[in-house]
Amino acid sequence: MTRVLELDHITKRFGAVTANEDVSLHLEKGEIVALLGENGAGKTTLMSILFGHYTADEGSVRVKGQALPPGKSRAAIRAGVGMVHQHFALAPNLTVLENVMTGTESLWKLRSDRAAGRAKLMELSQRFGLKVDPEARVADLSVGECQRVEILKALYNDAEVLILDEPTAVLTAQEAESLFATLREMAAKGLSLIFISHKLHEVMSASDRVVVLRRGRVVAERETAETSKEELAELMVGRAVQRPERLPARPGAVLLEAVDVSLGGKGAASLRGVSFRLHAGETLGIIGVSGNGQTTLAGLVSGLYAPDAGALLIKGHAPARYDVPHAIAAGIGRIPEDRNAEGTIGDMSTWENAVLERIWAPEFSSGGMVRRAAARAATEAIIRDYDVRGASVDGRIRLLSGGNMQKLILGRVLTAGPDILIAAQPSRGLDEGAIAGVHERLLEARGRGAGVLLISEDLDEVIGLSDRIRAIVGGRLSPAIPAERADAQLLGLMMAGDWTAAERIEAEGEAK
Amino acid sequence: MSVLLDILGSVGMWEAVLRIATPLIFGTLGVLLCERVGVLNLGIEGIMTFGAMVGWLTVYSGGDLWLGMLAAALGGAVFGLLHAVLTVVFGLSQHVTGLGITLFASSFSYYVFRLAVPTSSSPPTVEPFRAYPVPGLSEIPVLGPILFTQTAPTYLALALVAVLAYGLYRTPLGLAMRMTGENPHAVDAQGIDPIRLRIGTIMAGSALMGMGGAFLTLAAFNSFFPTMVQGRGWICVALVVFALWRPGRALLGALLFAFFDAFQLRLQTVVDGVPYQLFLMLPYVLSILALIAMARRARVPQALMQPYRRGER
Repeated sequence: MTRVLELDHITKRFGAVTANEDVSLHLEKGEIVALLGENGAGKTTLMSILFGHYTADEGSVRVKGQALPPGKSRAAIRAGVGMVHQHFALAPNLTVLENVMTGTESLWKLRSDRAAGRAKLMELSQRFGLKVDPEARVADLSVGECQRVEILKALYNDAEVLILDEPTAVLTAQEAESLFATLREMAAKGLSLIFISHKLHEVMSASDRVVVLRRGRVVAERETAETSKEELAELMVGRAVQRPERLPARPGAVLLEAVDVSLGGKGAASLRGVSFRLHAGETLGIIGVSGNGQTTLAGLVSGLYAPDAGALLIKGHAPARYDVPHAIAAGIGRIPEDRNAEGTIGDMSTWENAVLERIWAPEFSSGGMVRRAAARAATEAIIRDYDVRGASVDGRIRLLSGGNMQKLILGRVLTAGPDILIAAQPSRGLDEGAIAGVHERLLEARGRGAGVLLISEDLDEVIGLSDRIRAIVGGRLSPAIPAERADAQLLGLMMAGDWTAAERIEAEGEAK
Repeated sequence: MSVLLDILGSVGMWEAVLRIATPLIFGTLGVLLCERVGVLNLGIEGIMTFGAMVGWLTVYSGGDLWLGMLAAALGGAVFGLLHAVLTVVFGLSQHVTGLGITLFASSFSYYVFRLAVPTSSSPPTVEPFRAYPVPGLSEIPVLGPILFTQTAPTYLALALVAVLAYGLYRTPLGLAMRMTGENPHAVDAQGIDPIRLRIGTIMAGSALMGMGGAFLTLAAFNSFFPTMVQGRGWICVALVVFALWRPGRALLGALLFAFFDAFQLRLQTVVDGVPYQLFLMLPYVLSILALIAMARRARVPQALMQPYRRGER
């Protein structure tokens, strides 16, 4: 084996904060290493040092034995190290080929050699099984395809070492699966890869070796074959993390009932005849691969859309109007799927975000004037009670990490004491510690008698939190099974659209 | 009806279209360049005024006509640099900075003009560019006088359309520029400095604006007065949207506007009983309608008006 990349005793401080302390890491040819750590553990800083965006205070970087000059952003790329960023660095209005070719030729050349560029791109695309259309506009591509373009961009720069920063953060479970298959193939063909992640199952299934980073230090290094999820979770968080236990449910009256609802998806998948009941004091889990109507279902219950056919009854009555104010007035609390786009307004302050949803409530405004003092006090209470770290009442909410932003949203929703709580992908993109916190809050809401509608694509989450589980497939809901009967295999069948077993289980339940 | 046909059939009208379009072509290409790298340049109105003044003054003080054009280009570039420092380096509001530059450059132009030409009842004149019939081509009936009996800066403007269209779409530099207007982070990740690219492009674009202004004093007229740009700069900003940020369409837009303008000028003289101000409005009203029709398809550069700071998303 040859060592293609070595990071030696890297230390980086930002003022009083030490982001990386004495971090050493190496990568062999053809190997996949997972860099595991919670948000804020220093993973991204480390990679930024490798790419010359930051200069390390101590330590050195060597690629194939050659030391990289510190602080030169082009040096790593020239040495054959490519980076696939978490937020894609792509231009939506340009074509795939244009995106890939930018900056690869001398700027002063009088003619860009597109034919050669296209040939090289197609060759790479074939060799690594990354299918793309070079003339497609990036804006027309799916997220998974965009990521392929990002990887091809790195390969086009002749990268032999590829670093992927949280590559699955924006992917659906299916896309993530196919990405890892591609990565393994790339490693088999001699590329060396590091992927940054905080998801244990990814690390376990896709890597050869795991380096665990905590608070800027390497705390452990393991061959993937010789470790376990549990060990890694403990190493990553620094203590044993327990996802909270679900106590038996005491279901009460029906709070929310959908009767044969059909709804054309607004830019997402449609619902085709969906019926379900949600009781007080229970959690109904809706599992499914993204793009099967979850977004539309969440929008329906949140009051964003009215059903095209059928009815949505809240506590037995159809609302006067299907809109957001009526939904909120009826006691529906909403945790939206995309917290940056729908859950918060990034450039507004924490307190504004905390009260905006209920700004017309007498508590927060009177006579057309905002009651700032009350709003700020309420926000301070949320920050304190829900342990929102890094937040100040007047700071822009954009600056919060995903986990803390989610805590704020939870606090905002739960302090209003909703009877019905709709949680769409509540732990997407969060790290282990934050997930446990979110789960605890959801169980708490259920415990005080709220009905929780949990929409998720994470099997563990759905099994762990739900009392009953339905799968959503092609805009239709499967029969409900009790969580006690659920396992990965059965849920897999249900998500694939095979509902025979589920129907039998539901019939048994009713016979009792 | 026959009056309209007479106007549309006259060679003089069509010859005027290209002449009226020339400063718009320069200006529109200038704005287009700036916006392609993601910076709105509302300084154009003032930069054109400054170009008109400095070009005229250079020639008035004994310089060659082309030296005048060059001076206008340099003057434009200097104001472009000012705009770039404020908006790109300091990341200030592009609207406010641009309007400030327009106010400043316009007043400054008049100030310098008054220093150079303290008092005069009628403004002094220079000997402007003469029409240069292209040998051979100008002999073609109808097309010859319309297209090939123009002044040299008009030919330059037309050539620039071709150069920019090629440059933006066929060269690595053009690709890097378009990418900068879409996603400066991506450009930076590929090892090109988007900030330097923006500054350079804004200077080049502003130089074109200055030349557009100089055309007014050195070819269309022969003297300078402070209000002579008359909103042409704002028209250029609108034309860029109409052009969907493409040089070829920018030419088309400039010609269309110039056509309306030439047409209304001639209508004024033949139609009685209608206030001439209504005709003056005509090109602007039609431009707004054309803009509405085109703007729906617009693919605005995604990073337009977003200052770039390294490491911040």
